[in-house]
Amino acid sequence: MTATATGAATDVVMRAREVAKVYGGTHALRGVDFEVRRGHVTALIGENGAGKSTLMKILAGVEQPTAGTIELDGEPVTFASPTEAVAHGVAIIHQELNLCPNLSIADNIFVGRERTRGAFVDDKVQRDAATELLEHLEEPIDPRTLVGDLRLGQQQLIEIARALSEEARVLIMDEPTSALSATEVHVLFRVIRELTARGVSIIYISHHLDECLEIADHAVILRDGNVVAQAPMSEVDMGWIITQMVGREEGALFAPMAHDPGEPLLEISDLIVADPDSPERLAVRGVSVTVHAGEVVGVYGLMGAGRTELLEAVAGRNPVLGGRIVLEGRDLTHASVSERIDAGLILVPEDRQRDGLVPALSVGRNMALAAVSRFVRGMFVRAKDERGAVDEASRVVRVKAASQDAPIGSLSGGNQQKVVIGRALLTQPRVLVLDEPTRGIDVGAKADIFALMAAEARNGIGVLFATSEVGEVLHACDRIVVMARGRVSAVLDPREVDREQLMAASDVSVPDLATTSNPNPPTTTEDE
Amino acid sequence: MATTTTKAPGAAPAPTAAKRGIGEFLLDQRAFVALIVLIIVFALLSDAYLTPTNLITMTKHVAYNAILAMGMLLVIITGGIDLSIGSIVGLSGIVAGVLLQGWDLSIFDVTAYPAVWVVVLVSLAVGALVGALNGLLVTRFGVAPFIATLGTLYIARGAALLISNGSTFPRLQGDPELGNTGFSFLGVARPLGIPTAIWIMVIFAVAIWILTAKTPFGRRLYATGGNERAAELGGVPVRSIKMKVYIISGVCAGMAGLIIASELTSAAPQTGTSFELNAIAAVVIGGASLAGGRGTVKGALIGAFVIGFLSDGLVMVGVSTFWQTVIKGLVIVLAVMLDQGQQRLTNARAAAVAAQSVKRELAAHHAGAQ
Ligand SMILES: Nc1ncnc2c1ncn2[C@@H]1O[C@H](COP(=O)(O)OP(=O)(O)OP(=O)(O)O)[C@@H](O)[C@H]1O
Ligand SMILES: [Mg+2]
Repeated sequence: MTATATGAATDVVMRAREVAKVYGGTHALRGVDFEVRRGHVTALIGENGAGKSTLMKILAGVEQPTAGTIELDGEPVTFASPTEAVAHGVAIIHQELNLCPNLSIADNIFVGRERTRGAFVDDKVQRDAATELLEHLEEPIDPRTLVGDLRLGQQQLIEIARALSEEARVLIMDEPTSALSATEVHVLFRVIRELTARGVSIIYISHHLDECLEIADHAVILRDGNVVAQAPMSEVDMGWIITQMVGREEGALFAPMAHDPGEPLLEISDLIVADPDSPERLAVRGVSVTVHAGEVVGVYGLMGAGRTELLEAVAGRNPVLGGRIVLEGRDLTHASVSERIDAGLILVPEDRQRDGLVPALSVGRNMALAAVSRFVRGMFVRAKDERGAVDEASRVVRVKAASQDAPIGSLSGGNQQKVVIGRALLTQPRVLVLDEPTRGIDVGAKADIFALMAAEARNGIGVLFATSEVGEVLHACDRIVVMARGRVSAVLDPREVDREQLMAASDVSVPDLATTSNPNPPTTTEDE
Repeated sequence: MATTTTKAPGAAPAPTAAKRGIGEFLLDQRAFVALIVLIIVFALLSDAYLTPTNLITMTKHVAYNAILAMGMLLVIITGGIDLSIGSIVGLSGIVAGVLLQGWDLSIFDVTAYPAVWVVVLVSLAVGALVGALNGLLVTRFGVAPFIATLGTLYIARGAALLISNGSTFPRLQGDPELGNTGFSFLGVARPLGIPTAIWIMVIFAVAIWILTAKTPFGRRLYATGGNERAAELGGVPVRSIKMKVYIISGVCAGMAGLIIASELTSAAPQTGTSFELNAIAAVVIGGASLAGGRGTVKGALIGAFVIGFLSDGLVMVGVSTFWQTVIKGLVIVLAVMLDQGQQRLTNARAAAVAAQSVKRELAAHHAGAQ
């Protein structure tokens, strides 16, 4: 190696030198130099597929670099496994959740590093430690609760708790907030500040650039596997970041909305849906929404407001306990998912990893999955038609993949999401339902997706999407339906409301429903 | 479905919720409830069923299947399956037979008559060896467990036939002059009035229960089955865990083979054919999931008892063997359907009640609006 260890600034804890990573034919990283400073938060920013997660996996021993070296305290190190990295004080919170749904919270936090007394697991010590971690994260859930029973945001907090329990010197957070509510993000930021005050270094990755601006000391911009810019956060602004990320001036982030709604397409009335995770509780308690042709309707609400459950019931994934779902005059209340898809109603689910993608299939096959019947001639699937349609859809949603035969797992998170959206479009829906379509997606791709939604609406389909981000509903839809505690608390015109009004509408306190206001499942109890 | 919740029995080695209703308790214990119902029904049909002697006899019949089931349980928790155990039962019996009848070491011009404890250890080691082969195929060569153990099912059975040349080794009680008596201890003796086989079952059950419920190995086992990648990233040596469960399963099968050979005081190469299916049935009736991550020793034990007590009961009340087979199949399917259905039913009831009140509210609201 030509790299010299001399001259390393004393406050640099960890350093990547000329790190390159090649996957098959994909150059994920092309010789990256990257520094982590003691007690600082370094934000690593870049578009989907820029190589952020790859670099982090290399630092954390999950992947081995094709070329280049890693230094810790100025000494070259190689981590053959995540365990070795943890032993050296480097821990990671992965972008995708890596939890065992069949184990309790405490067991998940300590799996692989069980606290023992003699030959046995010391459950009490583990539980107490877990309780303490959870309290620190202001999420006092019983540590004996099964992780599979937690909602997504809570699961993400468990990932965070596990990383915290490793008491690392360098803590990598790869999109730790993608499923967190605003309150939970603030708790995390408090924890980050405490850690940095103790000298822990944080690498922070998020597509929420405002989060990066708030918490980070340095910004490092990665584009196509290269570090293209870095600067102290105090010297830069959002515009600079976006320009560096995409390599061009910031365009209009959101497509302007100017649709005139036509006929009602989808009519949801008095819908009642149980919470799939705790059936004695209702997640949706009598919701009515109408989506017209050519209209984009945004459902806004905090975590636990019932958005996901509403959308999943509309798509046929949660049974409906009351009310009706009518698409173009056809009652679909109790229709199966495939009947709904045939009728023109399809959902892009929130959790693409769990519900969206078939890991064993290629990009193309994943995309064509829901629309296979379209390509059937006689008894067979016409591969040529299928490929053609997939190519077309890939262009529309702008998937970045080596080819449509590439394994789905080789795509970055954002590109995987685009595949799921492409699949929905291939079914030629009348109403497209999207749950948090921008989760884990960079600004460029976000703009793409909203432009896509707007374009589809102009073509006369109806779009219904749910989001927990104020900016998205304010700019990307024609009508905002605000949900709070399973009900519609307001229907607003995005041209006439501002951020504060929207937040207020989503946070109504209804005293007599206080028992249902707790977003935690009822397995939650007081500690011990 | 949108939910991955797993609240069924054996969901986790640790208690899963602080509070439990009686309904949930019964739900959790349904395999046990089924066993009780079974006993009551047969007790009503046959006077001889619920007698201490018969219970001990039936439990003895249960013992070797329970031991097999516990090995199978470990494999199933990791998300694998072990089809080779029936063949290992046969092979281990044959190995014991060869050694007790005299191991013909022609090259040295001697015939060895090892002591019984050596015979037992060697037979168990043979079981472990086949298990290790399974583990190797699964972890190092990436062969799917179903295929790998299907292969060793044939290999081990073939080996048993080769060694015995297809014939049975009779009279395994040994010869005092050769110092190899005592093999009958495993299958015939009754320390404290209880057959040795039952004692062995209890020892295996306690040991494997401790292993699964109390040790780090147990946690890692469930983690491996629950989400292999997560386990791996969390530092769980997934390969070594899998290797070990196949070895333990092989040892369990070896033990079962010894018990049967001892009980019959003879070893036949065909012994144990399709025993793996009984073991799988026991594990599944006990609430384990073939997808991995779920299942308990208690469940597997109860499952083995359900199958054993059912078979013996059917024989005692004089049901034809053909019907016995059909009924056994029905029980297995019913048990698993209950596992799925009962939970869904309870959930649906709770939700319907809640929905009703909201509907009333909405109706009142609409009426008020007009
Ligand atoms: N296991 C893999 N096999 C093949 N290619 C891969 C693999 N992992 C990542 N890649 C490719 O490497 C590139 C970088 O991916 P990476 O996951 O690091 O992106 P990212 O910056 O984290 O994106 P995102 O913001 O979407 O998470 C992408 O082009 C991706 O397709
Ligand atoms: Mg990433």
